[in-house]
Formats: sequence, structure tokens, C-alpha cells
Amino acid sequence: MYAIEFKDVAFSYGEGGFRIPKLDLAVKEGEFVAVLGHNGSGKSTLARLANGILEAERGSITVFGTPLDEKHLYEVRKQVGVVFQNPDNQTVASIVEDDVAFGAENVGAPREEIARRIDFALSAVGMSEYRHATVSRLSGGQKQRVAIAGVLALKPKIMILDESTAMLDPRGRKEIVDVVLRLNREEKMTVILITHFVEEALLADRAIVMNRGEIVMRGTPAEIFARHEELTTYNLALPRIAVIAQRLSEGGMSVKSTLEIEKLADEIAGELSCGS
Amino acid sequence: MKDVSFGQYYPVKSFVHRLDPRLKLLFLIVFIAAIFVADNFWSLGLCALVLILAVAFSRVPVGKVLRAVRGVIVLVVFTAAINVLFYTGKSEPLWAWWIFSVTREGIVFSVFLVARLVLLVTCSSMLTYTTTPVALTDGVESLLTPLKWIKFPVHVLALIMSIALRFIPILMDETERIKNAQKARGADFESGSLFKRVKAIVPVLIPLLLSAFRRADELGDAMDARCYMGDKKRTKYKKLVFTWRDLVAFLIGALMLAATILLRIYGADLFGVLLGPVI
Repeated sequence: MYAIEFKDVAFSYGEGGFRIPKLDLAVKEGEFVAVLGHNGSGKSTLARLANGILEAERGSITVFGTPLDEKHLYEVRKQVGVVFQNPDNQTVASIVEDDVAFGAENVGAPREEIARRIDFALSAVGMSEYRHATVSRLSGGQKQRVAIAGVLALKPKIMILDESTAMLDPRGRKEIVDVVLRLNREEKMTVILITHFVEEALLADRAIVMNRGEIVMRGTPAEIFARHEELTTYNLALPRIAVIAQRLSEGGMSVKSTLEIEKLADEIAGELSCGS
Repeated sequence: MKDVSFGQYYPVKSFVHRLDPRLKLLFLIVFIAAIFVADNFWSLGLCALVLILAVAFSRVPVGKVLRAVRGVIVLVVFTAAINVLFYTGKSEPLWAWWIFSVTREGIVFSVFLVARLVLLVTCSSMLTYTTTPVALTDGVESLLTPLKWIKFPVHVLALIMSIALRFIPILMDETERIKNAQKARGADFESGSLFKRVKAIVPVLIPLLLSAFRRADELGDAMDARCYMGDKKRTKYKKLVFTWRDLVAFLIGALMLAATILLRIYGADLFGVLLGPVI
């Protein structure tokens, strides 16, 4: 059974608007999948389809075997947490703990249970000491971590981050990526990370590239970044490390295209000592 | 701009801060009732004493409390002046000119009105000094709960209040940003006639509204994603609890109101005409 499975899904924003003609995607439990794509590639639509904010016109979406339909909408929503792009626009309450409680309150969790969930969610994102802080005084990365905690309070099994790092500075981005990685590795959370920062995709088990509503590339990050010419046609740049490796090999140094800094450094060092 | 503490909450821990917000809201209503029931200086003095006690136990600096009065000082002075000059008493005027006359009763009456006004403003500001906007919202929601019987959307109202409070600092930041962007394009907000200045605000308002709608849209999606389905089967994390402090405050409020009512009925007999009813 897959954590989430899109089968032959089609969607459109009305006549002449953006459309997804056919989408097939299956994500295993505990997997970390990066979804790459330029603006308007349909990657955010994917997130909104996954927890029923948008309704598919055709095909089926199943979450741990439960079909996403009207009857199971909230059951599925509880399992699929979505963190959006703008941290300011997804916080409901002014105080951190009140906001984290919101989701748990919505599904009718008892008071003591809500308190436990807040404890868990805030410590999972490393924000326990800000429990009583005012949301508007936090940094972007901190606000986004609170948003993640708000989703975690619903105890989801799948976490979708819809460009959640796009509005953050490099430090905030790192904070979020670290939190997500830890959730994936330690809590066995299934993660779908939607982004246009190719660097973030390096951490994933698998990456897919979307363009104009279709999945155009699938594979491990290494496989995908090896096809750099194809990647540029979808307006995606290579991660910096891949660019360096590529330039070096163009310049006559025999380094294999690698995505790990240490490995590349070793290869360069080896190459240099051979040459001398 | 970030530091605008809307609602002027003064963050310390004190007896008054820890009171249940519902009780504080009710207390304010009782207090206002008492100062309007009060018709002589004894009752008003009693109310003032209660308020002074409240200030003392709230650990809010007196200067801060008085600042609230300073905000309405124009109103106070205006009220006093009008009443002194136009009060038509039975006794001989101390001073008269044209349509104005100053009588002893007029002066007493003005002082009384001013005292009332000052008490009113101080007590209301004490509520906002000692209660966070969030607690206030919770209190309002809880107090309005009986209205659910007549299908009044209490939960929705409380949610609207708390989201509004949440978005005030965000929209203020945004206004500042848009203003700066327009200034960079040569907009002038400071000079010209009043009409001109009002017109200059339009190019700020339109993008602000657009962005507010966009934010509302996104917030709606985020709330949906977090399983929001109205207040059916919704639980609440923060529970308001009545403690001994609330009981003490409740008794003080009840005694104060009872005393002002009794003094209004029997006050004239007790103190005679001199210090009896002013109104």
C-alpha cells in the first residue's frame, strides 16, 4: 500500500485555465520525494489536490488505502498535512500555542490530548521555548516552523510542503529543511517537498520534475541532475555543486558528476595529485 | 511599526491580570452601571476607591493609567466648561455675562460629571491594560454563549475577532511597505490640502485591499487544510477557570453596586442637602 497514490488524475481551473491532463504518482510510506518545477508547472496544484482543497475532475487519489472523496475528506485531511508558502497567511491565532492548538481543536481532541500534541509538535520543530510568544514577532523561519507545528498537531502521516521555503532567507530555509529531514528520518514521516530550489531536492530519496501540469522527469536526485540539458529546458538550474563538477569535466578534469561535496572534493584532490 | 502593541496590554503578572477575562468584562459593566447609579460624591468616592484598589493590585504604573485620561482631556475640559457656563441653578449666580452664568451648583455638577468621566475612562483602560486581546476574545465568546440558543454565530464572531487581531500588525506592516513603495515613485502624503492628502491615500488602499483579499484566500485554504469545519465537534484548548481571585473581585463589584444603589435611595436622608444628591 502506498502512502499516497494519484491514479490518472486530471484537473483544470476552468475552460482555458491551467490544467493537469494526467497525473500518476505513488509515494511509499516514509519516503522523501522532492517535486521540482518552475512557476506554473502545477506543483502547488498537486499539493492542493492531495488533501482535497481542490477536487480532481477524473481519476482517484488514495491515502493509505482510503479514497479521497466527500465521505472521507476529513479522514484524509488529518493524514495529509500541508504547509503553505507564506507563513503569515496560515497562522490563525496571535500566540504560538493557540495557533498550534487550532488543528487539534478542529478535530475535537480532548484538552489534555491537545496539550500533549502541542508539546510534541513544538519540540519536533524546536520551538518549545516560544510557546507563549507572539507570532508576529518571530522571524520568517520561526513562523514557518510554527506553521509546521500547527500541521503536526493533527498527527499527519504525510507532510506536504508547498514552497514553504520560498519566502525565507537562507537561514530560515535551512531551519525548515533541517526540521523536515529530522521528521522524515526520525518520525518516519512521508514527506513531499515542493520547491524550486534545486539544492533542497538533493536531500530527497526521489525527485520528480513537473512542467505545464505534467510530470516530465522521475528518478533519484542524482539521476535527474545528470540530465542537466533536459533540466534547463524546464527552466530549472543545476545545483551549484553539479555545475562545478560539470565545468571541471568540461575543462578536462575527469571528475564524475557527484552531488556530495566531500566526494567531489576527494575526486578533485585525487585528480590534482595524479596530474602533478 | 512592528512594536505597535495593539490593545495597549501591559505585561506583568498581578492579581488583576490573573482574573478571568469574563469576570473583568462583567466587572466593567457593573462599574459603569455603578457610576451612573451614583448620584452623590459618597457613592462616586466609593467607586473611585474600588478603582484605586484595582490599579494598586494590577501593578500597572499610575502614570500609564493617567495617560489614558490624557487621551480624552479635551472632552473632559469641554464638558466641564459647558456645564459650568450653562447650568441654571436656583441660587444666585456668582458671575454672569450675556447668556453665561456661573453658579455654585453648576461648579459642583461639573466636578461631578468630570469625576464620572475620568472613572469611566480609567476603568475601561484598566481592562485593556490587564487583559490580552486573546483572553478578551475568549471572554466575549464565553459570555455570549447563551446567544447560541437563538442561533447567533458566537463562535464565528469570536474567530473573526481573533483573526482580525492577528492580522492588524501584518496589515500595518503592509501599509507601511506600500506607502514607501509609492513614496519611491514620487507620491506625496504629507503636503497639500486635506482633500489632496485623502486622495493620495487611494493608491495605498487599493493594493492593501487586494493583498488583504489574497491573504484571506490563503488563510482559508490553510484553515481547510487543518481540518477546520466550523464549531461542530470542535474542542477548546484554553479553558477559562474561576478562582478565588475571581470570587473576591465578584464580591467587591457586587458590594459596590449594592452600596451605590442604597446610597441613591437613602443618601439624601443620611447626608442632608449639602452633600446629598448632585443630580
